[in-house]
Amino acid sequence: MGVIVEQFPLYVQGFLQTVRICILAAVGSLILGTILAAFRVSPVPPLRAVGAAWVTVFRNTPLAVVLFAVAFGLPELGINGSYFWFGVAGLTLYTAAFVCEAVRSGINSVSAGQAEAARAMGLTFSQSLSLIVLPQAFRTVVPPLGSVIIAMIKNSAIVGAFGVGGDLFAVGVQLTSAQGYAAAGVLTGVLLGYLILTIPAGIVLARLERKLAVAR
Amino acid sequence: MSSSVLYDIPGPQARRRTLISSLVAAVIVAVVIVLVVLRLAEQGQFSGEKWGPLVNPFDPSFAAVWNLLGQALVATLTAAGLTLVFSLVIGTIFAVTRVTASRSYRWLVVGVIELLRGVPVVIAIFFAARVLPEVGISLPILWYLVIGLTAYNSVIIAEIIRAGIASLPRGQSEAGYSLGLTRGQVLSTILLPQAFRVMLPALISQLVVIVKDTSLGFIISYEEFVRTANIIIQTLRNPIQTYIIVAIIFIAINYSLGKLAEYVERRLSRARTTAAAPTHAGAVDTGAAGGG
Amino acid sequence: MRLSHLTKVAAVAAALVLTATACGNQSSSLGSTGGAPPAAENVSFEAGTTMDKLNKAQALRVGTKFDQPLFGLKGLDGNPAGFDVEIAKIIGAKLGIPADKITYTEAPSAVREEVIEQGRVDMVVATYTINAKRKERISFAGPYYIAGQDLMVAKDDTTITGPESLRAANAKVCSVAGSTPSEKIKEYIDPANLVLFDVYSKCADALRTGQVQAVTTDNVILLGLVDSSQGAFKLVGQQFTQEPYGIGIPKGDVKFCEFINTTLQEAAADGSYEAAWKNTAGKVSPQAPSLPPADACS
Repeated sequence: MGVIVEQFPLYVQGFLQTVRICILAAVGSLILGTILAAFRVSPVPPLRAVGAAWVTVFRNTPLAVVLFAVAFGLPELGINGSYFWFGVAGLTLYTAAFVCEAVRSGINSVSAGQAEAARAMGLTFSQSLSLIVLPQAFRTVVPPLGSVIIAMIKNSAIVGAFGVGGDLFAVGVQLTSAQGYAAAGVLTGVLLGYLILTIPAGIVLARLERKLAVAR
Repeated sequence: MSSSVLYDIPGPQARRRTLISSLVAAVIVAVVIVLVVLRLAEQGQFSGEKWGPLVNPFDPSFAAVWNLLGQALVATLTAAGLTLVFSLVIGTIFAVTRVTASRSYRWLVVGVIELLRGVPVVIAIFFAARVLPEVGISLPILWYLVIGLTAYNSVIIAEIIRAGIASLPRGQSEAGYSLGLTRGQVLSTILLPQAFRVMLPALISQLVVIVKDTSLGFIISYEEFVRTANIIIQTLRNPIQTYIIVAIIFIAINYSLGKLAEYVERRLSRARTTAAAPTHAGAVDTGAAGGG
Repeated sequence: MRLSHLTKVAAVAAALVLTATACGNQSSSLGSTGGAPPAAENVSFEAGTTMDKLNKAQALRVGTKFDQPLFGLKGLDGNPAGFDVEIAKIIGAKLGIPADKITYTEAPSAVREEVIEQGRVDMVVATYTINAKRKERISFAGPYYIAGQDLMVAKDDTTITGPESLRAANAKVCSVAGSTPSEKIKEYIDPANLVLFDVYSKCADALRTGQVQAVTTDNVILLGLVDSSQGAFKLVGQQFTQEPYGIGIPKGDVKFCEFINTTLQEAAADGSYEAAWKNTAGKVSPQAPSLPPADACS
């Protein structure tokens, strides 16, 4: 366990890198996922097809495969970047599918009367979706969305395993493989780093869930 | 049915508008696809050299490649199957302990469950593979993968089962007690069998997560699909093509499992007309999102 | 872009297989392939030695890399091939074990000591640098090859002849951020001329497009990049660090160590060492190395 104290600065760096990856991917996938959800409930069949295809592909493919495909595929399309950005991109594309499904189930949970009232007032599809349904849906989807984001934080470790330098998982690998520290101590430190992120998030989420449940 | 609530049943004008926007959207989607395809073609990504070994049975490498992929499939299914069995057993124990534990140590069970839930699967696998040998437990790598996956999935399954038990009407256990059954008997003969039934769709969905997560075996060089793909790519140098094939295999397996879950759910809800209709509890969503 | 594929595969695979543990499932038998000398017949060894045990068992378990081009690279037939594998076959032959009785287990860098200590393999031949820290846990026979940091340049480059020529040529040199080679090269060039990427494949791309004039890291990695460049690159061949590759065996097995060293010397004498190189890494670097003098066994 001494390694955690000895190499504390390295752990902090890794922790911050993980947080960076998570924030970027969380913002990206929330935006992309919401757009996809809007696609899936829109009256335009081609958009619905795009949304459905996205969800089917990315929910059924392992993140590791998505990451490899992104890192090999994007350069072929002329999009070059560092492995950091490939990692963030892969995590975003993957998580967006889960965000989409969470948001869509939220939209479906908003009672029909709300949308009907909006329509009765003459709002268009995009107006009723953005002004009436989505704001309410987002409240319902906070619990599932929170679960998605917590899962994403954990999945960010796969991005580290994939070769993005400097995140928590990479620190663990570096200390065990290159510097020869015993794995038990090193990995306990890495675990603590992730638990610092996931456990409080889980507690906050549980609180939120209870609160929203009372409000309904 | 909300999608139809969000907009009126379209009249002639709206139908025309929808048609126009459909066309526009279709054209945009088509253009994007064509651009991507053209770009890939320009890079020689559709050459027979890259695709042949994967799709052309007459290619000299075809048999070798599919032999490797077949072994990868066996490796993946073995790991997934073992994980499912162990997770079910340990998950049930967790769920039962959590339900029956006296308050004095329930916090401990809950603590362990919450702790394991917060651990990234990939770290659990890595931890098993690196720490167990350090303490003198040396196993074939398959088992490190199974142990890592089980650590995570058993607590998810425990939550699914607990939600299943909670969804049963109180009358079930009350009836059991009134017959003079003990707590353990009520659980094992009345509650658990029903909980499993109610939660069968959720358990099948969790299997999708397990199948996906076996891909993380590549980190400890377990030769599942990702590691195998890397080995194929070393020789054939066709990463995009190989990963597309691997992704298609995963989608085929998992999509079928998903459909199976839906089918089971439909059958169950048809068969059951009691109050406790199967619901998608929070635990189910969490599980589905946990995939790697 | 073609190049970026090839090199990226090697680089990503190397980055990815962070660690591994060997096991029976991973092994594969090698069919007889050309190059390896035929197994010695009617050999006998002093009773109780490792050699005797292996000979009697007629089986040899070797840990090697599965993703190191030219040294140990697993092919579509499921068998690894390369210089390390050929060295293992030479040793197997002297033990009286034919090539098809040798089983290979993946031994990535992180677990090489572990697989020896746990007795999962009889020896490890896996681009394995001899150093004091590793000797605390295992013993090394050999070395059988001296690797070292080298420079990779364009095929037609004649101005860069070694690290000392870099400054005069005002050459930009590429390496991977945070790596030991990237630190070492700073002795030879201005820091401003050092270009750092996250993987070597990008260095290879940069060299191909002329953004840098040289790429530096261990010659073994560079050989893999040259191999996949389809003739666009070459090695300068002036190694400026020394990484002796040894054969890892259980700690303190002096007799086995001495047997391997003798075998290597005989192989160098009868040309099978050179043939092993010619059939593998020699395709990229035709100049066969000469067998380095063996270290004392302990």
